[in-house]
Amino acid sequence: MNEVLKRLQLFLKKLGKQIFSLLRRFSKSLLPLWKRLCKWFRSLFVSTDDKDAKLLTLYKQPQTKSILSSLISIFAGIVLGGIILLIMALTSGGSTSFKSAWEGFQLIFLGVFNTGRDASGNLSFGLNYVSIGDVLFRATPLILTGLSIALAFKTGLFNIGAPGQYLMGTAATFIVALSIPTSVVPSWIVWTLAFLSGILAGALWGAVIGFFKSQLHINEVITGIMTNWIAANIVTSLFDNLTGPFANLLDPSGTKNKSYLYKTAHNGVQTAKMGLDKLFPGSQVNGGIIIAILIAVLVYIVINKTTFGYELKACGHNRNAAKYAGINEKRSIVYSMSIAGGLAGAGAALYYLAGNTEFYWSTYQSLPAIGFNGIPIALLAYNNPLGVIFSGLFMSYLNEAGMKLKYLTPFNEYITDIIIASIVYLSAFSLAVKEFLNGRRHKRNVHQPETEKKPQEVIKDLEAEK
Amino acid sequence: MVYLLQNTILYTVPLMIVALAGVFSERSGIINIALEGIMVMGAFIGVVFVRAIIEAGLPFEYGQLLLILGILIAIVGGGLFSLLLAFASINLKADQTIGGTALNLLAPAVVLFMILDINDQSVLKVSNATEYFMLNQSDFGLGTKFENPLGVIGNVLFNKTYITTWICLIIFVVLAIILYKTKFGLRLRACGEHPQAADSVGINVNKMRYFGTCISGCLAGLGGFVYAVTIDDCASTGDVAGFGFLALAVMIFGNWKPLSIAGASLLFGLLKCIAAGYAYIDINNDGVFWLNELKISSHIYRILPYVITLIVLAFTSKKSRAPKAEGIPYDKGMR
Repeated sequence: MNEVLKRLQLFLKKLGKQIFSLLRRFSKSLLPLWKRLCKWFRSLFVSTDDKDAKLLTLYKQPQTKSILSSLISIFAGIVLGGIILLIMALTSGGSTSFKSAWEGFQLIFLGVFNTGRDASGNLSFGLNYVSIGDVLFRATPLILTGLSIALAFKTGLFNIGAPGQYLMGTAATFIVALSIPTSVVPSWIVWTLAFLSGILAGALWGAVIGFFKSQLHINEVITGIMTNWIAANIVTSLFDNLTGPFANLLDPSGTKNKSYLYKTAHNGVQTAKMGLDKLFPGSQVNGGIIIAILIAVLVYIVINKTTFGYELKACGHNRNAAKYAGINEKRSIVYSMSIAGGLAGAGAALYYLAGNTEFYWSTYQSLPAIGFNGIPIALLAYNNPLGVIFSGLFMSYLNEAGMKLKYLTPFNEYITDIIIASIVYLSAFSLAVKEFLNGRRHKRNVHQPETEKKPQEVIKDLEAEK
Repeated sequence: MVYLLQNTILYTVPLMIVALAGVFSERSGIINIALEGIMVMGAFIGVVFVRAIIEAGLPFEYGQLLLILGILIAIVGGGLFSLLLAFASINLKADQTIGGTALNLLAPAVVLFMILDINDQSVLKVSNATEYFMLNQSDFGLGTKFENPLGVIGNVLFNKTYITTWICLIIFVVLAIILYKTKFGLRLRACGEHPQAADSVGINVNKMRYFGTCISGCLAGLGGFVYAVTIDDCASTGDVAGFGFLALAVMIFGNWKPLSIAGASLLFGLLKCIAAGYAYIDINNDGVFWLNELKISSHIYRILPYVITLIVLAFTSKKSRAPKAEGIPYDKGMR
């Protein structure tokens, strides 16, 4: 027994010695580790003679300036909205007070996190899953139309025909999703077919604009406007409740009485929820947002990492130079407009395949606003596909805040439209802001050449060395 | 037939004026996509002014004077609103498409916000507007419709018309003459074709561009107010149904020249009115509605103006002469 105890004691002592020596070695290297950490932290902020501070290097990159000026214009736009609310509160006498202006301002900033009013009548804030889910749901078509216009801008074209492509995508999606009976074909196949046909319809419609631009040299703005209205009329004529070939898809139930199409859920075709409805219960969110983000990443990869994307960008920068370099610029224009059209059609497909969105078929008098809302989204994101994700989410967030404003305060929801418009206007200042930000750095660097030696002094030094 | 011609003129006139607005701006070198927004703003400002005065109680005889005052106010309002675009494009050298799109988004938002704030509905209406503004036969001293039926031309010119039509036509002719026959017009056009050359002669390019954009805004505001009074029955809805973009198309279709623009607007107006009322057009008053007999779907009629534009553009695009320096911010250092 004593033997065992003695052996145990010896073993424990050895273990203790080993742990202790490990700790000593560790603490010996810990101090340098801590020193390294301090050094790294210092290098973020302090510039030496050889290297700029890391944050300064990040700041000097052009993308940072773009993001910064975007953020500045967003902030300025929101402040402008707050000022307008304040002016409304001041000038409208007694009906709206400062309290409601302050509440309105809070709602603009934190609209998604508002959970209504509590018992004492104040706004309460928390995690409003329905709001967040709805923001994600409504961001899906906005991201995709933003991508469509951003891609067109990157290739030098102004895709103002996005609403027309959106409408053609809508029509194709509904026709395919509602015509194929899900009792015969599994619903996921119908969903895929409808999605692909939406993309294809949008792409073909965009190719029309591309064809007119590349072959006939007609400005794509005018072709876009014309094709918008032609598409609106074509879609109306397809679903016309008296003479349209697809009039059987109209929903005669309830008060609608054949003014709306059947929702796609009527045929059992719905986008898979992909677990998002557990995350945001009660909202309309579905897997569409994930598909939209994946498409945005795909577009980013194609544009920036493939030869094909490089050709498209080259044609956008200088059409003649691209032709001289051997790129078939006519085909590139058609391709880029088709892809842009396909993206807009995909936005329409995802929005309506959610299953519970209705479509009013008589659309020949007004174009869908979602198509035009893609323009500020693309502009805010500087046409970067990954940035479009964020600006699409931001615009959807502002729209949701506007709805909350309408329901909870005496203001109306157009204040968010004013904010979005002023953000876009202020982002036009971004070039001036960038030059301002650049100008400060330039002034600091002006002093450096004076510390360099003049050439005669250098020669004198060399001769002195001999 | 009379109905067709009356409505055609009502639709043609604002289209002509707004397309001319686009011409003035683009000829001075600024792409003005904001025509739609400025129209909305001009319509709103004019309608608010007219509504305020009518609600304060105005006898019917002063209706035409009120209309002229409303036109002036809409012109000033449109000009001021377009200064935003001018400032962003000229001083800050921003992308003119962005500035135009921003104004297109800003105007309906501000207008709808104010409309909802003023009367809690989404439309701002003026009651009895036609009694104030519309001119009938009897106003010209030609007796009523039943006593003295005029022919087609007489009905079109003197019955159910507005003085805005004549005012706009006069303004159109005067401005076209200014653009082509005066010193100011030549300098304006020079700034859009080759601003460096203009600058070397001593023309202040930025000032000329400001003038061009301001005149463009004034005309677009006028066009918007005329649209609201004649087509929308003196109501401001915050939306002009794509009219501004259509005017852009007419401008490109008319090759940036006033006479072609007038012809293109007439064509668009005619086709649009045929589309709206083809079942009731009785061309030679013999009781036969010929177009209705052809049984062409109404959708084809509605598509017709746009398809014809595309076809004509396809054939005439070789001669398309846009102002050469439009869209490029003027930089003195690039001479």
